[in-house]
Amino acid sequence: MKVIENLKNKVNKNTNLIKRGRWINLSFVFGVNEKEFIFKIVDGKINSISQKKVDTEFGIFKISSSLENWEKHWLKIPPRDFHDLFAMLSKKLIKLDGDLKPLMQNLQYFKDLIASNRAKNEPFKH
Amino acid sequence: MNHSNIEKINGKYLNLNINKQTNRIFFEENGNGIPLVCLHTAGSDSRQFRHLLNSKEITENYRVIAFDLPWHGKSDPPASHMEIEYKLTTKSYMNIIIKFCKALNLKNPVVIGCSMGGRIALHLALKHSNFFKAVIALEGADKLEPYYDLSWLNRPDVHGGEIQAAYISSQIAPQTNKNNRDEILWHYKQGGTGVFKGDLYFYWEDGNFEKSSHLIDTKKCPVYLLSGEYDCSCTPERTVETAKRIKGSKYKIMPNIGHFPMSENPKLFFSYLLPFLKEIQKL
Repeated sequence: MKVIENLKNKVNKNTNLIKRGRWINLSFVFGVNEKEFIFKIVDGKINSISQKKVDTEFGIFKISSSLENWEKHWLKIPPRDFHDLFAMLSKKLIKLDGDLKPLMQNLQYFKDLIASNRAKNEPFKH
Repeated sequence: MNHSNIEKINGKYLNLNINKQTNRIFFEENGNGIPLVCLHTAGSDSRQFRHLLNSKEITENYRVIAFDLPWHGKSDPPASHMEIEYKLTTKSYMNIIIKFCKALNLKNPVVIGCSMGGRIALHLALKHSNFFKAVIALEGADKLEPYYDLSWLNRPDVHGGEIQAAYISSQIAPQTNKNNRDEILWHYKQGGTGVFKGDLYFYWEDGNFEKSSHLIDTKKCPVYLLSGEYDCSCTPERTVETAKRIKGSKYKIMPNIGHFPMSENPKLFFSYLLPFLKEIQKL
């Protein structure tokens, strides 16, 4: 899925975000509808994004929602309740699973990583 | 010395006896007129009100006073703080505010509080309607429900400042400029150990009073509620429900604003606040 693959480039060009995440080395799962993507983070950079094919592939935690919800999250000015990962959580628009400790230890980093797809000048187009 | 670079705000310390212990309370003020006591949000401090304290339009009619609750900002915790777990309750919070106002000899002050400050403002309207001229609850409701787990706060394996800022960043409107957003987050990163968690005990749990808020007499103490469109904690819906229960109260939902109106977009916020302040002047 192109829009998910784009995250790698956007995150890895963001030197401030990488600096903040420089202690992070883990894999997590990002869910979009029924599809799941394994994000491998090495020293704060996205080393790889791959679609999960078999159940033995895993991540330490999982963040998932529908494509429709993610698209709203990535609008230049998202509507209320879609403007932040935890704002979405407050309305049960995302689901969290797994060991949340590394997520909580680096919450703003992961929020900003996912929001990296946010449109800068014009509304997001899939 | 270039005096034009110096803000007109004056800061002082008040030594206040609370529960048989001296608490050194920091407050700052500016202006003349009706006392307007500002109450900061959970886990932050009175710096949130700097734009209000510096507003010529407001300070020419109001004596704006903002204080840091004990444990917050430049107000120290009591001497016994290493032996106790900080936990704010409705009763203790009201007690501090009343003692502070009386120590400054404030007559018929107006309270403006945000978030937990907004919630306690509503409690003050119920319990101390004769003392206050009016209350303004920013992002304040009589009923709230938590959407995150407090157990992630105040533990050695999660940085307190970072998690606090990351939690509350969800409540800032996306229209907020970067400097204002970063300033709000910085205040949260500076909070003392366990203080945000202790405040949230009042905010999420002890402060609910939706079954008795209808007893507020708005003829004695007028109630104004202002909440931001993007607040995912005290949502516009919760504000409207609260306003419906408090007969005679007035409310305004503020578009393009989140949970921190006075810090996110002061100019826009003042455009919503000033009509209420002008109305209170005429009471």
